[in-house]
Amino acid sequence: MARNAVGIVYRKEFTEWVRDRRTLISTVLVPLFFFPIIMVGFTALAVVMVGKAKEETPKIMILGGEDSPQVVEGLQKVKSLEIAPYRSNWKEQISDKEIRAAVEIPPGFQDGLEKGEVKTVKIYYYEGEMKSSFGVDRIEKFLKDYRDQVVKDRLAAKNVPTSVLTPFEIHQENVAPPEKVSGATVGGFIGYMVVLLCMTGAMYPAIELTAGEKERGTMETILSSPISRMNLVLGKFLLVLSAALATAALSVMSMGISFSALRRFNMSSGRGDAAALLLKLGPKAVASIFMMALPMAVLFSAVLMTIALFAKSHKEAQSYLTPMTFLVVIPAVASLLPGVELTPKLALIPILNTSLVCKEIMTGTYHWNSIALIFGSTCVYASVALFLAFKTFQRESVLFRS
Amino acid sequence: MIEARGLSKSFHDKKRGEIRAVDGVSFRCAPGRIYGLLGANGAGKTTTLRILATILEPSDGTAVICGYDVVEQPEKVRANVGFLSTATALYPRLTAQELVEYFGRLNGLDEATLKKRVEEIFGRLDMNGFRDRRCDKLSTGMKQKTSIARTLVHDPAVMIFDEPTLGLDIMTARTITTFIRECRDRGKTVIFSTHIMSEVEKLCDVIGIIHDGKLLTEGTLAELREKYGEQDLEEIFVKIVTPLQAGAEA
Repeated sequence: MARNAVGIVYRKEFTEWVRDRRTLISTVLVPLFFFPIIMVGFTALAVVMVGKAKEETPKIMILGGEDSPQVVEGLQKVKSLEIAPYRSNWKEQISDKEIRAAVEIPPGFQDGLEKGEVKTVKIYYYEGEMKSSFGVDRIEKFLKDYRDQVVKDRLAAKNVPTSVLTPFEIHQENVAPPEKVSGATVGGFIGYMVVLLCMTGAMYPAIELTAGEKERGTMETILSSPISRMNLVLGKFLLVLSAALATAALSVMSMGISFSALRRFNMSSGRGDAAALLLKLGPKAVASIFMMALPMAVLFSAVLMTIALFAKSHKEAQSYLTPMTFLVVIPAVASLLPGVELTPKLALIPILNTSLVCKEIMTGTYHWNSIALIFGSTCVYASVALFLAFKTFQRESVLFRS
Repeated sequence: MIEARGLSKSFHDKKRGEIRAVDGVSFRCAPGRIYGLLGANGAGKTTTLRILATILEPSDGTAVICGYDVVEQPEKVRANVGFLSTATALYPRLTAQELVEYFGRLNGLDEATLKKRVEEIFGRLDMNGFRDRRCDKLSTGMKQKTSIARTLVHDPAVMIFDEPTLGLDIMTARTITTFIRECRDRGKTVIFSTHIMSEVEKLCDVIGIIHDGKLLTEGTLAELREKYGEQDLEEIFVKIVTPLQAGAEA
């Protein structure tokens, strides 16, 4: 019997793994290209789309206002607005994006202003439509300026200085460093992606090394060799873990490169404010995230292997593991919700705890007690899962399920 | 040497309840002899051989192979056994040589011995032409040769063959039967299961007829002919099994 049986199994599994084209896709290509495509691609697309929308002069319609020529004339003079002639089907035109918005001047508006009556000007728009909201912004700006001017005129008529309107100023200033601001904004997303990709990386090899062996008929071949079941499981498990970690490492690396590229893109396009919102993934943060991902990868690898072993085929294993994806995504998404912050109780919930701690790490916050608790608790869960994997490999009813 | 002592194996089936696949099977097989386990599909042949190869654990009874107990020392048993069946497939993404070397290493062969064994086996089985070809690119005959090389790499004293010719064409099946004979001639203990009468007649020194998990009778072909008064093995088999089947159906 071989002394280094675990290593022999691992080397063999590794050889087969790197020769599998599907592995290349799930472990290397997805994490390497997913982030650049999602982040750089989508951001560039968004910048272009928003830029184009802003360049457009929104076409709007004025409803009423026949007895208020002053405000109508004012609106017509706004260069950033194009006034469309009145049509009774203006609601349809907004829905069909023929015009972006409509502003309704109530009857007797101008007369009411002079008498001091409070009238309501209504703006009709298409909710959720970007170009419509730009039209609304411009109408609103004109109306606010017009209202301010009316107030100023009224104060001047009564010889009251305009300063009575602003007895004091309010000024907001951010004192958190830019990396903390960006960490709080997009840090949760990093944790979520690391969790998700860690699982994606482990899933395919976990199926291939368990249900795949059964389906191909190699399970009986390997079980007839003198290797102990424990060493066999350990060799296989280490390969699945390697795949999960490789995916996590490549995804973190790819994220770093994507953020850096995006920062340069924003800087070069003069969008410095957007650049400040981007993360700077330093070596400490990368190392910390990787350390926190380690026990979680062990947990995923062991759980996925155990479940996949019950299946007789690749297809069956996939149908078992798909619900697992939801179980993983739900706590990972929960970490993205506003107001969800790391507490001692949440630190004990697997996946959610790692996502949350990644979020904190991204803001540059290192609560070592929480980190230790999360690392420890995830290690305990991972050990239990690994023990279950060993036990499952001992069960004839599972190995030879027909 | 193989010595099975009251081997039994039960499975639990959700629909059928407790199933006794092997029921108190005992036999001995000496070195340099081929023991043929003859039985219909579902008779318990595969389960018996899987127990001997320590892939399954017996519910009751035990077997001793080369002095090692299948229950107490399964890893030592496996180190002395070569197991080949139609269910023992090959790893598709390894080459023929890598596969044989993998099993050699798992059997604890050092690199120098492994290299020598691989050269010897590949030469003997005429495998040098496809040694670097991946197993998923091999023909059925090449695959069978690779499987044989895999079982031989650690030079086991006991060879277990579970319906090794099932579904193979005549030429590939012939490679297997020739190999089984060679194993006997080299002094190995061979146990071989099949439901093909002609194979048993050609190969086996001792024949055991198994039905419904029970070993009903055993002996040399000559002994069975004399005992049941029939010359044809098929007739002997039918004579033994039919009354039991009729009883079970009644």
